[in-house]
Amino acid sequence: MASMNGPASPLIRTRDLVKVYSLGGSRLVALNKVNLTFHRSEFAGLVGPSGSGKTTLLNILGSLDRPTEGSAEVLGERIEDLSHKKAAELRSRHIGFIFQTHNLLPVYTVYENVEFPLLVLGAPAGERHKAVMAALEWVGLADLARSRPAQLSGGQSQRVAIARAIVKRPELVLADEPTANLDGENSRNVLDTMTALSRDLQTTFIFATHDEKVIRYLRRKIVLNDGVVIEDKVLQTVPANQPRAVPVI
Amino acid sequence: MTIAKLALRNFLGAGMKAWLRVVVLSLAFVVIIGLQGLYVGMGEQMSQAMISAELGGGQYWHPKYDPQDPLELADAHGPIPAGLTSLIENGRATPILIVQGYIYSAGTFRSILLKGIDPNQHVLSLPTGVLADSPGSGPALIGTRMAREAGLKAGDVATVRWRDAVGTFDAEEIRIARVMNTSVQTVDSGQVWLPLDRLQRMARMNGEASLVVLANGTSGGAVTGWTFKDLDFLLADVRAMVRTKMAGGAIVYTILLFLGMITILDTQVLSIFYRKKEIGTLMALGLTRGSVIRMFTLEGAFNAVLAAVIGAIYGIPLLGLLASSGIPVPPVTEQVGFSVGDRIYPAYSAALVLGTTALVGVTTTVVSFLPTRKIARLQPTEALRGRLG
Repeated sequence: MASMNGPASPLIRTRDLVKVYSLGGSRLVALNKVNLTFHRSEFAGLVGPSGSGKTTLLNILGSLDRPTEGSAEVLGERIEDLSHKKAAELRSRHIGFIFQTHNLLPVYTVYENVEFPLLVLGAPAGERHKAVMAALEWVGLADLARSRPAQLSGGQSQRVAIARAIVKRPELVLADEPTANLDGENSRNVLDTMTALSRDLQTTFIFATHDEKVIRYLRRKIVLNDGVVIEDKVLQTVPANQPRAVPVI
Repeated sequence: MTIAKLALRNFLGAGMKAWLRVVVLSLAFVVIIGLQGLYVGMGEQMSQAMISAELGGGQYWHPKYDPQDPLELADAHGPIPAGLTSLIENGRATPILIVQGYIYSAGTFRSILLKGIDPNQHVLSLPTGVLADSPGSGPALIGTRMAREAGLKAGDVATVRWRDAVGTFDAEEIRIARVMNTSVQTVDSGQVWLPLDRLQRMARMNGEASLVVLANGTSGGAVTGWTFKDLDFLLADVRAMVRTKMAGGAIVYTILLFLGMITILDTQVLSIFYRKKEIGTLMALGLTRGSVIRMFTLEGAFNAVLAAVIGAIYGIPLLGLLASSGIPVPPVTEQVGFSVGDRIYPAYSAALVLGTTALVGVTTTVVSFLPTRKIARLQPTEALRGRLG
């Protein structure tokens, strides 16, 4: 783990990454020889049409899935070698997820949803409360802490999902189509939030998206097609509309 | 602890549906404890009544005495063993002579047992004092069932007929000194109690008895030729009957428990089906499959925990009231083989309550766990897409 945790070492490195799905008698190649490297505080996007392999790559980087061939090294851990338990530990400690449909736990309040990753980590109650309130303030939803997900708008729900992803201060946040269900204004709010987070907390964000609004915010764009990286370039980005100072947690 | 906390949050978050399951399961708790307590109480009541009125602390039987064999009864008598004399003299035992006979009353002859007992005995809780205190001749004591069967009441005179030790038939009049009310059928139905010395004289069996009853808590030594029957033996039929009734009651609560378990199983299966995206999210947030399985199992097990609490809230006052005031028993129960008096007082032991709690708790946990095994085969990526592997 230490080998990739130094200041200059990459956060993620994939080598000839291949993922093949068996569908009945046929084989579907979702990723084909993908070689990528990501560093701390990157704001990168995996772009491409549906079925190009974006979500598959995110799942492997998030240790939710394993490669068929090749290697994916995340925070010094080789994903292909991780047991279920080790993979769960990696996710709980170092990786935050933001999903297309926010995936908030419906019976929990906003506060409890954001608190959940800290409960899994076994953080003490006082520390949890401080961190949850700071994360909610940061996404501008502290006054809705007692609300249930069903009482929130789509944009508010996604901001709660962001708070849940960042509350434990992970090194890496993986976001799968985070703005797909949001209107223009809510998309901008969410993207501004994540941009500021990346800048202030040095968190690495990797998106899977084909939303032009998201692409405008990216600092690096990786284009996938049929599981192959066909383009990888650094972009000029629009500045975040409402940069906020990240509160001390 | 964290998993338990999360499971409790999920359980409470499910709202009315969860509470409905809890109420159904709490009914199972209360019915199981209530029914079992009823049968235990009935058994204890019957045993105590029989010990008090008939069995005492055990009985010495004449070698030919067998209550199940009426053909041997004519020979089931003999001199009272010398080894029991001191106990009898000290009031710690009482002899009983049993002679088969007939009673003529209400225009019909009926087969009865004439039972001779010392009117001054205090070993059994029978009102035998009336056999000594009643003015006039030929006092006899009968129970309410016998009175009903023979159409007799206190003060009536009837004729009894018997065959004595030398085979001669004889007859004499008796006067009903008292009709006693007893819950013990076996000292009542078809029986007429007479003073022991009178029956010994009538049957030419002076100084003889069929059995000797020890006072409760008294122990007698070995007596040559006579067999000691302890309470385990004498109460075996009652206990077997209570066990049979408890087994019958078990059918009722098994059905109730089964319904409760089906509800929980159904909820768990549907829960895993509908919450697969949530399961995927939980895994993405760092829970292992084992933790998710534990969480779902605990969610199910909370049904039993809360059912025990809810059941206690209304069950303790309800069952406590029944235990103190008793449950009225219809007279018809005498016709189906047992009688315990006007009311049954249920008895609830700690073992019964703890055993029932453990039974429901373990069953609920197992039923809650079974569907969660599907999670062990679940891929997080499939779950996040809302699919089951």
